[in-house]
Amino acid sequence: MKNSVLCYLKETVGIHADKIAVNDGKGTVTFEELNNTALSLSYKISSVLGGKKRSPIMVYLPKSCASIIAFMGVLYSGNFYTPTDVAFPYAKVKSITDILEPALYVSDTKNSNKLIENGISKNMIVNIDELDMENKLDCSDSIIDTDIVYTLFTSGSTGVPKGVAVSNRSIIDYIEWAIDTFDISSTEIIGNQAPFYFDNSTLDIYLSVFAGASLYIIPKMNFSFPVKLIEYVNKNNINMIFWVPSVFISVANADILSRVPCECLKKILFAGEVMPNKQLNYWRKYIPDAVYANLYGPTEITVDCTYYIVNREFADDDPLPIGIPCRNSDVMILDENDQLITSPDKTGELCVRGTSLAMGYWNNPSKTKEAFVQNPLNAHYPETIYRTGDIVYYNSLGEIMFSGRKDFQIKHLGHRIELGEIENAACGIEAVKNVCAVYNTEKRQIVLFYQGNTGEKDILDHLTKTLPAYMIPSVIKNIPAFPYNDNGKIDRKKLMNEFI
Amino acid sequence: MEDIYKILSEIRPEHDFTASEDFIEDGLLDSFDIITLIDMLQEKYGIVVDGLDIVPENFCSANAIAELVRKNGKDI
Repeated sequence: MKNSVLCYLKETVGIHADKIAVNDGKGTVTFEELNNTALSLSYKISSVLGGKKRSPIMVYLPKSCASIIAFMGVLYSGNFYTPTDVAFPYAKVKSITDILEPALYVSDTKNSNKLIENGISKNMIVNIDELDMENKLDCSDSIIDTDIVYTLFTSGSTGVPKGVAVSNRSIIDYIEWAIDTFDISSTEIIGNQAPFYFDNSTLDIYLSVFAGASLYIIPKMNFSFPVKLIEYVNKNNINMIFWVPSVFISVANADILSRVPCECLKKILFAGEVMPNKQLNYWRKYIPDAVYANLYGPTEITVDCTYYIVNREFADDDPLPIGIPCRNSDVMILDENDQLITSPDKTGELCVRGTSLAMGYWNNPSKTKEAFVQNPLNAHYPETIYRTGDIVYYNSLGEIMFSGRKDFQIKHLGHRIELGEIENAACGIEAVKNVCAVYNTEKRQIVLFYQGNTGEKDILDHLTKTLPAYMIPSVIKNIPAFPYNDNGKIDRKKLMNEFI
Repeated sequence: MEDIYKILSEIRPEHDFTASEDFIEDGLLDSFDIITLIDMLQEKYGIVVDGLDIVPENFCSANAIAELVRKNGKDI
Protein backbone atom coordinates (compact mmCIF):
# COMPACT_ATOMS: atom_id res chain seq x y z
CA MET A 1 0.00 0.00 0.00
CA LYS A 2 1.29 3.44 -0.91
CA ASN A 3 0.79 5.31 2.32
CA SER A 4 2.61 8.57 1.64
CA VAL A 5 2.91 10.97 -1.26
CA LEU A 6 6.62 10.13 -1.32
CA CYS A 7 5.81 6.55 -2.45
CA TYR A 8 4.36 8.14 -5.59
CA LEU A 9 7.34 10.44 -6.05
CA LYS A 10 9.74 7.49 -5.90
CA GLU A 11 7.68 5.54 -8.40
CA THR A 12 7.63 8.53 -10.78
CA VAL A 13 11.40 9.04 -10.43
CA GLY A 14 11.84 5.36 -11.35
CA ILE A 15 9.88 5.77 -14.59
CA HIS A 16 10.50 9.38 -15.63
CA ALA A 17 13.94 10.18 -14.13
CA ASP A 18 15.05 12.51 -16.95
CA LYS A 19 11.71 14.14 -17.65
CA ILE A 20 11.13 17.78 -16.70
CA ALA A 21 9.37 17.85 -13.33
CA VAL A 22 9.20 21.61 -12.86
CA ASN A 23 9.81 24.64 -15.08
CA ASP A 24 9.57 28.00 -13.33
CA GLY A 25 10.26 30.24 -16.30
CA LYS A 26 13.89 30.70 -15.22
CA GLY A 27 15.02 27.11 -14.99
CA THR A 28 13.96 23.49 -14.89
CA VAL A 29 14.57 20.39 -12.79
CA THR A 30 14.08 16.78 -13.82
CA PHE A 31 12.38 14.31 -11.51
CA GLU A 32 15.75 12.76 -10.65
CA GLU A 33 17.34 16.14 -9.83
CA LEU A 34 14.28 17.08 -7.79
CA ASN A 35 14.47 13.83 -5.84
CA ASN A 36 18.23 13.96 -5.22
CA THR A 37 18.21 17.56 -4.04
CA ALA A 38 15.20 16.87 -1.82
CA LEU A 39 17.06 13.95 -0.20
CA SER A 40 20.08 16.15 0.51
CA LEU A 41 17.83 18.82 1.98
CA SER A 42 16.19 16.14 4.11
CA TYR A 43 19.60 15.18 5.49
CA LYS A 44 20.34 18.80 6.39
CA ILE A 45 16.93 19.34 8.01
CA SER A 46 17.16 16.18 10.02
CA SER A 47 20.66 16.95 11.26
CA VAL A 48 19.65 20.46 12.38
CA LEU A 49 16.54 19.11 14.11
CA GLY A 50 18.43 16.18 15.67
CA GLY A 51 16.18 13.69 13.87
CA LYS A 52 12.98 15.25 15.17
CA LYS A 53 9.93 14.35 13.10
CA ARG A 54 6.35 15.53 12.51
CA SER A 55 7.39 19.13 13.14
CA PRO A 56 6.22 22.20 11.22
CA ILE A 57 8.72 23.67 8.77
CA MET A 58 8.09 26.95 7.02
CA VAL A 59 9.21 27.17 3.41
CA TYR A 60 10.23 30.79 2.86
CA LEU A 61 11.10 30.85 -0.83
CA PRO A 62 9.87 32.58 -3.97
CA LYS A 63 7.59 30.39 -6.07
CA SER A 64 10.11 28.32 -8.04
CA CYS A 65 11.59 24.88 -8.71
CA ALA A 66 13.31 25.27 -5.32
CA SER A 67 9.93 25.45 -3.55
CA ILE A 68 8.91 22.04 -4.87
CA ILE A 69 12.31 20.61 -3.90
CA ALA A 70 11.85 22.12 -0.44
CA PHE A 71 8.38 20.57 -0.01
CA MET A 72 9.68 17.11 -0.92
CA GLY A 73 12.81 17.55 1.18
CA VAL A 74 10.74 18.45 4.24
CA LEU A 75 8.57 15.36 3.69
CA TYR A 76 11.63 13.08 3.25
CA SER A 77 12.86 14.26 6.65
CA GLY A 78 9.58 13.06 8.20
CA ASN A 79 8.24 16.58 8.81
CA PHE A 80 5.56 18.73 7.16
CA TYR A 81 5.63 22.06 5.35
CA THR A 82 3.87 25.43 5.32
CA PRO A 83 4.56 27.61 2.30
CA THR A 84 4.27 31.38 2.40
CA ASP A 85 4.88 34.26 0.02
CA VAL A 86 8.17 36.10 0.44
CA ALA A 87 6.44 39.19 -0.98
CA PHE A 88 4.00 39.30 1.95
CA PRO A 89 4.62 42.04 4.49
CA TYR A 90 6.46 40.35 7.34
CA ALA A 91 3.60 41.12 9.76
CA LYS A 92 1.43 38.73 7.75
CA VAL A 93 4.11 36.02 7.82
CA LYS A 94 4.42 36.56 11.56
CA SER A 95 0.66 36.15 12.10
CA ILE A 96 1.16 32.67 10.62
CA THR A 97 4.39 31.72 12.40
CA ASP A 98 2.93 32.85 15.73
CA ILE A 99 0.43 30.01 15.37
CA LEU A 100 2.56 27.53 13.45
CA GLU A 101 5.64 27.83 15.68
CA PRO A 102 7.99 26.47 13.00
CA ALA A 103 10.80 24.20 14.17
CA LEU A 104 12.80 25.37 11.17
CA TYR A 105 12.73 27.60 8.08
CA VAL A 106 13.85 26.53 4.63
CA SER A 107 14.98 29.53 2.60
CA ASP A 108 17.60 30.74 0.12
CA THR A 109 20.52 33.14 0.52
CA LYS A 110 18.55 36.25 -0.45
CA ASN A 111 15.47 35.57 1.66
CA SER A 112 17.33 34.18 4.70
CA ASN A 113 18.45 37.73 5.35
CA LYS A 114 14.85 38.90 5.54
CA LEU A 115 14.15 36.25 8.16
CA ILE A 116 17.24 37.20 10.16
CA GLU A 117 16.27 40.90 9.99
CA ASN A 118 12.96 39.92 11.51
CA GLY A 119 14.52 38.18 14.45
CA ILE A 120 14.73 34.57 13.29
CA SER A 121 17.91 32.94 14.54
CA LYS A 122 20.37 31.79 11.88
CA ASN A 123 20.44 28.31 13.43
CA MET A 124 16.80 27.92 12.58
CA ILE A 125 17.27 28.50 8.86
CA VAL A 126 18.36 25.89 6.34
CA ASN A 127 19.73 27.54 3.20
CA ILE A 128 18.73 25.51 0.13
CA ASP A 129 21.53 27.21 -1.86
CA GLU A 130 24.16 25.65 0.42
CA LEU A 131 23.39 21.95 0.37
CA ASP A 132 26.00 19.23 0.53
CA MET A 133 24.86 16.90 -2.25
CA GLU A 134 26.96 14.01 -0.90
CA ASN A 135 24.70 13.31 2.08
CA LYS A 136 21.17 12.09 1.62
CA LEU A 137 18.47 10.93 4.00
CA ASP A 138 15.16 9.18 3.36
CA CYS A 139 12.88 8.88 6.41
CA SER A 140 9.79 8.05 4.36
CA ASP A 141 9.51 4.56 5.90
CA SER A 142 8.54 6.16 9.20
CA ILE A 143 5.60 8.05 7.68
CA ILE A 144 2.05 6.74 8.14
CA ASP A 145 -0.87 7.92 6.05
CA THR A 146 -2.43 10.04 8.81
CA ASP A 147 0.77 12.09 9.12
CA ILE A 148 0.52 15.67 7.89
CA VAL A 149 1.91 16.75 4.51
CA TYR A 150 1.17 20.46 4.75
CA THR A 151 -0.55 23.03 6.90
CA LEU A 152 -2.07 25.83 4.83
CA PHE A 153 -3.33 28.98 6.44
CA THR A 154 -6.69 30.45 5.52
CA SER A 155 -7.76 33.86 6.70
CA GLY A 156 -10.39 33.38 9.36
CA SER A 157 -13.42 35.66 9.46
CA THR A 158 -12.04 37.23 12.65
CA GLY A 159 -8.73 37.99 10.94
CA VAL A 160 -6.77 35.36 12.86
CA PRO A 161 -5.47 32.79 10.34
CA LYS A 162 -6.29 29.11 10.76
CA GLY A 163 -3.79 26.42 9.78
CA VAL A 164 -5.50 23.54 8.01
CA ALA A 165 -3.48 20.37 8.58
CA VAL A 166 -3.83 17.90 5.69
CA SER A 167 -2.58 14.32 5.80
CA ASN A 168 -1.03 11.99 3.23
CA ARG A 169 -4.15 9.89 2.91
CA SER A 170 -6.36 12.88 2.05
CA ILE A 171 -4.01 13.98 -0.71
CA ILE A 172 -3.72 10.42 -2.07
CA ASP A 173 -7.52 10.14 -2.06
CA TYR A 174 -7.91 13.45 -3.90
CA ILE A 175 -5.16 13.00 -6.49
CA GLU A 176 -6.14 9.40 -7.32
CA TRP A 177 -9.65 10.71 -7.97
CA ALA A 178 -8.37 13.53 -10.18
CA ILE A 179 -6.12 11.20 -12.20
CA ASP A 180 -9.02 8.85 -12.99
CA THR A 181 -11.62 11.55 -13.53
CA PHE A 182 -9.57 13.71 -15.87
CA ASP A 183 -7.54 10.89 -17.41
CA ILE A 184 -4.21 12.38 -16.35
CA SER A 185 -0.94 10.92 -17.62
CA SER A 186 2.70 11.93 -17.95
CA THR A 187 1.81 13.74 -21.21
CA GLU A 188 0.16 16.52 -19.23
CA ILE A 189 1.88 19.91 -19.18
CA ILE A 190 0.25 21.73 -16.29
CA GLY A 191 0.24 25.54 -16.25
CA ASN A 192 0.20 26.55 -12.60
CA GLN A 193 -1.41 29.80 -11.44
CA ALA A 194 -2.32 29.13 -7.80
CA PRO A 195 0.15 30.41 -5.21
CA PHE A 196 1.60 27.50 -3.23
CA TYR A 197 0.05 28.79 0.00
CA PHE A 198 -3.35 28.42 -1.69
CA ASP A 199 -4.59 24.83 -1.76
CA ASN A 200 -5.59 24.82 -5.44
CA SER A 201 -1.87 24.32 -6.03
CA THR A 202 -2.15 20.85 -4.45
CA LEU A 203 -3.71 19.57 -7.68
CA ASP A 204 -0.95 21.02 -9.87
CA ILE A 205 1.93 19.87 -7.65
CA TYR A 206 0.73 16.37 -6.86
CA LEU A 207 -0.61 15.51 -10.33
CA SER A 208 2.93 16.15 -11.43
CA VAL A 209 4.40 14.03 -8.60
CA PHE A 210 1.91 11.16 -9.00
CA ALA A 211 1.59 10.98 -12.78
CA GLY A 212 4.99 12.25 -13.92
CA ALA A 213 3.38 15.27 -15.58
CA SER A 214 5.43 18.45 -16.05
CA LEU A 215 4.58 21.39 -13.82
CA TYR A 216 5.03 24.80 -15.46
CA ILE A 217 4.94 27.58 -12.89
CA ILE A 218 3.68 30.50 -14.97
CA PRO A 219 5.59 33.64 -13.90
CA LYS A 220 3.22 35.97 -12.06
CA MET A 221 3.74 38.90 -14.43
CA ASN A 222 1.79 37.02 -17.12
CA PHE A 223 -1.38 37.19 -15.04
CA SER A 224 -1.29 40.99 -15.31
CA PHE A 225 -1.36 40.86 -19.10
CA PRO A 226 -3.93 38.43 -20.53
CA VAL A 227 -2.37 38.40 -23.99
CA LYS A 228 1.02 37.50 -22.49
CA LEU A 229 -0.63 34.75 -20.50
CA ILE A 230 -2.15 33.08 -23.55
CA GLU A 231 1.13 33.51 -25.45
CA TYR A 232 2.95 31.84 -22.54
CA VAL A 233 0.50 28.94 -22.60
CA ASN A 234 0.96 28.56 -26.36
CA LYS A 235 4.74 28.85 -26.28
CA ASN A 236 5.06 26.12 -23.66
CA ASN A 237 2.36 23.88 -25.09
CA ILE A 238 0.54 23.87 -21.78
CA ASN A 239 -2.44 21.53 -22.12
CA MET A 240 -3.97 21.59 -18.68
CA ILE A 241 -4.81 24.45 -16.33
CA PHE A 242 -6.51 24.85 -12.96
CA TRP A 243 -6.99 28.58 -12.40
CA VAL A 244 -9.27 30.85 -10.38
CA PRO A 245 -12.25 32.32 -12.26
CA SER A 246 -10.87 35.89 -12.09
CA VAL A 247 -8.14 34.91 -14.57
CA PHE A 248 -10.64 33.40 -17.02
CA ILE A 249 -12.74 36.54 -16.63
CA SER A 250 -9.86 38.90 -17.42
CA VAL A 251 -8.93 36.94 -20.59
CA ALA A 252 -12.58 36.97 -21.71
CA ASN A 253 -13.16 40.65 -20.90
CA ALA A 254 -10.05 41.64 -22.88
CA ASP A 255 -11.33 39.49 -25.78
CA ILE A 256 -7.96 37.80 -26.26
CA LEU A 257 -8.92 34.37 -27.59
CA SER A 258 -10.57 35.69 -30.76
CA ARG A 259 -7.25 37.24 -31.75
CA VAL A 260 -4.68 34.98 -30.14
CA PRO A 261 -5.97 31.47 -30.79
CA CYS A 262 -5.11 28.90 -28.15
CA GLU A 263 -5.17 25.37 -29.45
CA CYS A 264 -3.02 23.48 -26.97
CA LEU A 265 -5.36 23.64 -23.96
CA LYS A 266 -7.29 20.41 -23.54
CA LYS A 267 -8.25 20.33 -19.85
CA ILE A 268 -9.56 23.52 -18.29
CA LEU A 269 -10.43 23.39 -14.60
CA PHE A 270 -11.46 26.16 -12.26
CA ALA A 271 -12.36 26.63 -8.60
CA GLY A 272 -12.05 29.08 -5.75
CA GLU A 273 -14.94 31.35 -6.63
CA VAL A 274 -18.15 31.24 -8.64
CA MET A 275 -17.43 30.92 -12.36
CA PRO A 276 -19.83 33.12 -14.32
CA ASN A 277 -21.28 31.48 -17.42
CA LYS A 278 -20.94 34.70 -19.37
CA GLN A 279 -17.15 34.44 -19.46
CA LEU A 280 -17.15 30.63 -19.51
CA ASN A 281 -19.28 30.78 -22.67
CA TYR A 282 -16.61 33.00 -24.22
CA TRP A 283 -13.93 30.37 -23.50
CA ARG A 284 -16.15 27.54 -24.74
CA LYS A 285 -16.75 29.43 -27.98
CA TYR A 286 -13.06 29.85 -28.77
CA ILE A 287 -11.73 26.60 -27.31
CA PRO A 288 -14.66 24.29 -28.05
CA ASP A 289 -12.87 20.95 -27.80
CA ALA A 290 -11.45 21.27 -24.30
CA VAL A 291 -12.93 19.58 -21.23
CA TYR A 292 -14.19 22.19 -18.78
CA ALA A 293 -14.75 21.35 -15.13
CA ASN A 294 -16.02 23.41 -12.23
CA LEU A 295 -14.51 22.19 -8.96
CA TYR A 296 -15.66 23.12 -5.50
CA GLY A 297 -14.34 22.68 -2.01
CA PRO A 298 -12.73 24.35 0.99
CA THR A 299 -9.14 23.68 2.11
CA GLU A 300 -10.51 21.67 5.07
CA ILE A 301 -11.65 18.77 2.86
CA THR A 302 -8.47 18.78 0.72
CA VAL A 303 -9.10 21.06 -2.23
CA ASP A 304 -12.32 19.72 -3.77
CA CYS A 305 -15.29 17.62 -2.74
CA THR A 306 -17.63 18.18 -5.70
CA TYR A 307 -17.11 18.63 -9.42
CA TYR A 308 -19.10 19.34 -12.52
CA ILE A 309 -17.82 18.48 -15.99
CA VAL A 310 -19.53 21.02 -18.25
CA ASN A 311 -21.75 18.97 -20.54
CA ARG A 312 -24.51 21.24 -21.79
CA GLU A 313 -25.24 24.77 -22.94
CA PHE A 314 -25.88 27.55 -20.42
CA ALA A 315 -27.29 31.04 -20.83
CA ASP A 316 -25.02 33.87 -19.66
CA ASP A 317 -27.02 34.41 -16.50
CA ASP A 318 -27.51 30.73 -15.61
CA PRO A 319 -25.64 29.61 -12.53
CA LEU A 320 -23.11 26.82 -13.15
CA PRO A 321 -23.57 23.65 -11.05
CA ILE A 322 -20.85 22.56 -8.64
CA GLY A 323 -22.03 19.10 -9.56
CA ILE A 324 -21.64 15.80 -7.80
CA PRO A 325 -19.42 14.51 -4.98
CA CYS A 326 -15.89 13.45 -5.83
CA ARG A 327 -15.23 9.70 -5.51
CA ASN A 328 -15.02 8.49 -1.93
CA SER A 329 -16.47 11.76 -0.58
CA ASP A 330 -19.98 11.99 0.80
CA VAL A 331 -21.73 15.32 0.59
CA MET A 332 -24.74 15.88 2.84
CA ILE A 333 -26.97 18.93 2.64
CA LEU A 334 -28.31 19.62 6.13
CA ASP A 335 -31.14 22.01 6.94
CA GLU A 336 -31.32 24.30 10.00
CA ASN A 337 -32.41 21.35 12.16
CA ASP A 338 -29.62 19.10 10.86
CA GLN A 339 -32.07 17.06 8.81
CA LEU A 340 -30.88 15.65 5.49
CA ILE A 341 -32.22 17.45 2.41
CA THR A 342 -32.79 15.19 -0.59
CA SER A 343 -35.43 17.03 -2.64
CA PRO A 344 -34.61 19.78 -5.15
CA ASP A 345 -34.56 23.54 -4.52
CA LYS A 346 -34.32 23.38 -0.72
CA THR A 347 -31.24 25.14 0.59
CA GLY A 348 -29.05 23.86 3.38
CA GLU A 349 -25.44 23.72 4.53
CA LEU A 350 -23.03 21.54 2.59
CA CYS A 351 -21.33 19.07 4.94
CA VAL A 352 -18.64 16.55 4.01
CA ARG A 353 -17.84 13.05 5.23
CA GLY A 354 -14.77 11.11 4.18
CA THR A 355 -11.04 10.50 4.01
CA SER A 356 -10.65 13.96 2.50
CA LEU A 357 -11.22 15.66 5.86
CA ALA A 358 -8.24 17.56 7.22
CA MET A 359 -6.87 16.47 10.62
CA GLY A 360 -8.03 19.81 12.06
CA TYR A 361 -6.69 23.31 12.63
CA TRP A 362 -3.07 23.35 13.82
CA ASN A 363 -2.78 24.58 17.42
CA ASN A 364 -6.45 25.54 17.51
CA PRO A 365 -8.64 22.97 19.28
CA SER A 366 -11.61 25.31 19.78
CA LYS A 367 -11.97 26.25 16.09
CA THR A 368 -11.42 22.60 15.19
CA LYS A 369 -14.29 21.57 17.43
CA GLU A 370 -16.60 24.15 15.83
CA ALA A 371 -16.08 23.06 12.24
CA PHE A 372 -15.17 19.37 12.53
CA VAL A 373 -18.15 17.88 14.34
CA GLN A 374 -19.89 14.58 15.00
CA ASN A 375 -22.15 13.57 12.12
CA PRO A 376 -25.61 14.51 13.47
CA LEU A 377 -27.13 11.66 11.44
CA ASN A 378 -24.94 9.03 13.10
CA ALA A 379 -25.69 8.27 16.76
CA HIS A 380 -23.78 4.98 16.75
CA TYR A 381 -20.05 5.67 16.62
CA PRO A 382 -17.70 8.64 16.42
CA GLU A 383 -17.72 9.99 12.90
CA THR A 384 -16.50 13.46 12.03
CA ILE A 385 -17.97 15.64 9.32
CA TYR A 386 -16.83 19.06 8.18
CA ARG A 387 -19.39 21.87 8.06
CA THR A 388 -18.39 24.12 5.16
CA GLY A 389 -20.63 27.09 5.96
CA ASP A 390 -21.62 27.09 2.27
CA ILE A 391 -25.31 27.11 1.38
CA VAL A 392 -26.29 24.86 -1.52
CA TYR A 393 -29.27 23.03 -3.04
CA TYR A 394 -30.02 20.26 -5.53
CA ASN A 395 -31.37 21.27 -8.93
CA SER A 396 -33.97 19.16 -10.74
CA LEU A 397 -31.16 17.06 -12.27
CA GLY A 398 -29.80 16.17 -8.84
CA GLU A 399 -26.73 18.38 -9.30
CA ILE A 400 -25.54 20.48 -6.40
CA MET A 401 -25.86 24.23 -6.94
CA PHE A 402 -23.87 26.79 -4.97
CA SER A 403 -26.10 29.40 -3.41
CA GLY A 404 -23.79 31.44 -1.18
CA ARG A 405 -21.82 31.55 2.03
CA LYS A 406 -23.71 31.09 5.26
CA ASP A 407 -22.14 34.44 6.17
CA PHE A 408 -23.58 35.90 2.93
CA GLN A 409 -27.02 34.59 3.66
CA ILE A 410 -28.94 37.49 5.07
CA LYS A 411 -32.28 38.13 6.72
CA HIS A 412 -33.82 41.19 5.10
CA LEU A 413 -37.41 42.36 5.58
CA GLY A 414 -38.16 38.95 7.05
CA HIS A 415 -36.87 37.09 4.00
CA ARG A 416 -33.87 34.81 3.84
CA ILE A 417 -31.82 36.04 0.91
CA GLU A 418 -28.72 34.70 -0.81
CA LEU A 419 -26.58 37.60 -1.94
CA GLY A 420 -25.26 35.32 -4.70
CA GLU A 421 -28.69 35.19 -6.27
CA ILE A 422 -28.71 38.96 -6.67
CA GLU A 423 -25.21 38.83 -8.17
CA ASN A 424 -26.34 36.20 -10.67
CA ALA A 425 -29.25 38.32 -11.79
CA ALA A 426 -27.03 41.38 -12.29
CA CYS A 427 -24.57 39.25 -14.32
CA GLY A 428 -27.30 38.80 -16.90
CA ILE A 429 -26.85 42.41 -18.03
CA GLU A 430 -24.64 42.58 -21.10
CA ALA A 431 -22.49 45.55 -20.03
CA VAL A 432 -21.87 44.30 -16.51
CA LYS A 433 -18.39 42.86 -16.15
CA ASN A 434 -18.16 42.04 -12.48
CA VAL A 435 -20.54 42.21 -9.52
CA CYS A 436 -20.58 41.80 -5.79
CA ALA A 437 -23.53 42.13 -3.42
CA VAL A 438 -23.03 42.88 0.27
CA TYR A 439 -25.32 43.59 3.19
CA ASN A 440 -24.97 46.72 5.27
CA THR A 441 -26.28 45.39 8.58
CA GLU A 442 -26.18 48.81 10.19
CA LYS A 443 -28.45 50.47 7.67
CA ARG A 444 -30.24 47.25 6.75
CA GLN A 445 -29.52 47.76 3.10
CA ILE A 446 -28.54 45.44 0.29
CA VAL A 447 -25.72 47.08 -1.63
CA LEU A 448 -24.76 45.97 -5.11
CA PHE A 449 -21.38 46.94 -6.55
CA TYR A 450 -20.74 46.49 -10.22
CA GLN A 451 -18.13 47.22 -12.81
CA GLY A 452 -19.21 47.99 -16.35
CA ASN A 453 -20.19 50.64 -18.79
CA THR A 454 -23.85 51.08 -17.91
CA GLY A 455 -25.88 53.27 -15.59
CA GLU A 456 -27.25 52.38 -12.17
CA LYS A 457 -30.75 52.92 -13.51
CA ASP A 458 -30.34 50.17 -16.16
CA ILE A 459 -29.22 47.73 -13.49
CA LEU A 460 -32.20 48.59 -11.35
CA ASP A 461 -34.62 48.17 -14.28
CA HIS A 462 -33.20 44.75 -15.07
CA LEU A 463 -33.25 43.56 -11.46
CA THR A 464 -36.85 44.71 -11.01
CA LYS A 465 -37.79 42.45 -13.89
CA THR A 466 -35.92 39.41 -12.56
CA LEU A 467 -36.02 39.53 -8.75
CA PRO A 468 -38.77 39.78 -6.14
CA ALA A 469 -39.08 43.26 -4.63
CA TYR A 470 -37.48 42.32 -1.29
CA MET A 471 -34.28 41.30 -3.09
CA ILE A 472 -33.79 44.57 -4.96
CA PRO A 473 -30.69 46.35 -3.64
CA SER A 474 -31.30 49.70 -1.94
CA VAL A 475 -27.98 50.97 -3.18
CA ILE A 476 -26.44 50.23 -6.57
CA LYS A 477 -22.93 51.51 -7.12
CA ASN A 478 -20.73 51.56 -10.19
CA ILE A 479 -17.08 51.26 -9.15
CA PRO A 480 -14.00 51.38 -11.40
CA ALA A 481 -12.49 48.16 -10.07
CA PHE A 482 -12.86 45.58 -7.34
CA PRO A 483 -10.30 45.06 -4.60
CA TYR A 484 -8.94 41.51 -4.48
CA ASN A 485 -7.32 39.53 -1.70
CA ASP A 486 -4.07 37.54 -1.96
CA ASN A 487 -5.84 34.54 -3.48
CA GLY A 488 -7.42 36.60 -6.24
CA LYS A 489 -10.90 36.60 -4.73
CA ILE A 490 -13.00 39.73 -4.34
CA ASP A 491 -12.13 41.30 -0.99
CA ARG A 492 -15.58 41.98 0.47
CA LYS A 493 -14.26 43.47 3.69
CA LYS A 494 -12.18 46.03 1.82
CA LEU A 495 -15.06 46.73 -0.54
CA MET A 496 -17.35 47.56 2.36
CA ASN A 497 -14.74 49.65 4.16
CA GLU A 498 -13.93 51.68 1.07
CA PHE A 499 -17.33 52.26 -0.42
CA ILE A 500 -19.90 52.08 2.36
CA MET B 1 1.79 63.39 -17.16
CA GLU B 2 1.02 64.63 -13.70
CA ASP B 3 -2.47 63.15 -14.05
CA ILE B 4 -0.96 59.75 -14.74
CA TYR B 5 1.21 59.94 -11.61
CA LYS B 6 -1.84 61.00 -9.65
CA ILE B 7 -3.82 57.97 -10.79
CA LEU B 8 -0.88 55.70 -10.03
CA SER B 9 -0.48 57.04 -6.53
CA GLU B 10 -4.20 56.55 -5.94
CA ILE B 11 -3.81 52.87 -6.80
CA ARG B 12 -0.59 52.36 -4.85
CA PRO B 13 -0.03 55.28 -2.48
CA GLU B 14 2.90 53.47 -0.85
CA HIS B 15 5.09 53.51 -3.98
CA ASP B 16 7.14 56.36 -5.44
CA PHE B 17 6.44 55.95 -9.15
CA THR B 18 8.63 58.90 -10.14
CA ALA B 19 11.68 57.02 -8.87
CA SER B 20 11.08 53.92 -10.99
CA GLU B 21 12.43 53.26 -14.48
CA ASP B 22 10.13 50.30 -15.05
CA PHE B 23 6.97 49.84 -12.96
CA ILE B 24 6.54 46.22 -14.01
CA GLU B 25 10.17 45.13 -13.51
CA ASP B 26 10.21 46.88 -10.15
CA GLY B 27 7.01 45.10 -9.14
CA LEU B 28 5.09 48.30 -8.38
CA LEU B 29 1.91 47.11 -10.11
CA ASP B 30 0.45 43.64 -9.69
CA SER B 31 -2.19 42.04 -11.89
CA PHE B 32 -5.13 43.59 -10.07
CA ASP B 33 -3.49 47.02 -10.10
CA ILE B 34 -3.23 46.81 -13.90
CA ILE B 35 -6.96 46.05 -14.16
CA THR B 36 -7.73 48.95 -11.82
CA LEU B 37 -5.43 51.28 -13.74
CA ILE B 38 -7.04 50.42 -17.09
CA ASP B 39 -10.50 50.99 -15.67
CA MET B 40 -9.45 54.33 -14.23
CA LEU B 41 -7.88 55.43 -17.54
CA GLN B 42 -11.00 54.38 -19.43
CA GLU B 43 -13.20 56.27 -17.04
CA LYS B 44 -11.09 59.42 -16.87
CA TYR B 45 -10.31 59.76 -20.56
CA GLY B 46 -13.39 58.09 -22.02
CA ILE B 47 -11.26 55.64 -23.97
CA VAL B 48 -11.52 51.89 -24.50
CA VAL B 49 -8.20 50.08 -24.11
CA ASP B 50 -8.02 47.11 -26.45
CA GLY B 51 -7.12 43.81 -24.76
CA LEU B 52 -4.14 43.38 -27.08
CA ASP B 53 -2.72 46.67 -25.81
CA ILE B 54 -2.60 45.32 -22.27
CA VAL B 55 1.10 44.44 -22.42
CA PRO B 56 4.02 45.41 -20.14
CA GLU B 57 5.48 47.84 -22.71
CA ASN B 58 2.40 50.05 -22.39
CA PHE B 59 2.44 50.15 -18.61
CA CYS B 60 6.13 50.25 -17.68
CA SER B 61 6.37 54.05 -17.28
CA ALA B 62 4.19 57.14 -17.04
CA ASN B 63 5.33 58.02 -20.57
CA ALA B 64 4.21 54.67 -21.91
CA ILE B 65 0.82 55.00 -20.22
CA ALA B 66 0.36 58.53 -21.61
CA GLU B 67 1.31 57.24 -25.06
CA LEU B 68 -1.36 54.53 -24.74
CA VAL B 69 -3.96 57.17 -23.92
CA ARG B 70 -2.81 59.27 -26.91
CA LYS B 71 -2.99 56.24 -29.17
CA ASN B 72 -6.65 56.06 -28.24
CA GLY B 73 -7.21 59.60 -29.49
CA LYS B 74 -6.94 61.64 -26.30
CA ASP B 75 -4.38 64.38 -26.11
CA ILE B 76 -2.71 64.58 -22.72
